[in-house]
Amino acid sequence: MTLIDTLFPLGWQHYLLGGLTIGAGVALLYLFNGWVGGMSTVFSSSWSWMFKRPFFQQERFLNSRHWRLVYAAGVVLGALVWRYTLAGCEAQHTSVPVWQLLLGGFLAGFGARLGNGCTSGHGICGLGSLQLPSLGAVLTFMGTAFLTANLMRLA
Amino acid sequence: MTTHAHTLSLPKALVTLLAGALFGFGLSVATMIQPEVVLGFLRFQDWGLMLVMGGAAGLALVAYKGFPRWLSRPLLGGQFLTQPAQWNRQTLLGSAIFGIGWGLSGVCPGPAIAALGTGNTDILWALAGIVLGGLVHGLTTGD
Repeated sequence: MTLIDTLFPLGWQHYLLGGLTIGAGVALLYLFNGWVGGMSTVFSSSWSWMFKRPFFQQERFLNSRHWRLVYAAGVVLGALVWRYTLAGCEAQHTSVPVWQLLLGGFLAGFGARLGNGCTSGHGICGLGSLQLPSLGAVLTFMGTAFLTANLMRLA
Repeated sequence: MTTHAHTLSLPKALVTLLAGALFGFGLSVATMIQPEVVLGFLRFQDWGLMLVMGGAAGLALVAYKGFPRWLSRPLLGGQFLTQPAQWNRQTLLGSAIFGIGWGLSGVCPGPAIAALGTGNTDILWALAGIVLGGLVHGLTTGD
């Protein structure tokens, strides 16, 4: 067994190819529009349509709320295309329990907005623009995620 | 000025949709839409996520550092915006909480949105959680 097989028991090509495709999307958005395409801001900016609180009415949300929704719709579209081309039309399933999905999602949503970024905002865009605070954020959430995932396995 | 930089013309909307589609397609190809794969990485069983993030951040690096140097403005007009990150209590605390949620569910915002396209209805629970988490954050944050 080689080191590659040990590190990537499911193969490595699809990871790199997928990552480069994600990066191509981020680069395209910047090349044509000049916009930084993190994913989690849409979960604040979209609420600005329903809530008049000054927090949601910040200029940075009002300015970008339209394109962020279009961007999110694109993600859905891309996943849909994948499903009907490469995945044999099958709907996907996960064995992670509902309570973990719901509570984990809630914490991820709250934390991403409090920390101003998620795996794409800090991990791809922040690291991609060489920002030290994003490196700090990535190391922090990787750390707590490692801990949580391993504690859950023991539980 | 910033309003102008964000103006969503039809060509810009189409590019945005295509950029998002590449993002969602890439997430799917990289199997990041499967919480099991993400949790496998977090349990040191498979290092693929490093390749995904590395590949994506590598291309983003070329884009963010290169395009503003080679071009005076984006191809469809406006300006190359930057989004400076800050290191403070909120970033630290928020990232720590985000990691707990990510480690619990194996789902982060991009894959949660992509689940609408892959037809993974289980993950809609996580998407609902994220939507709610963003709302509660906004409602409890001082202005």
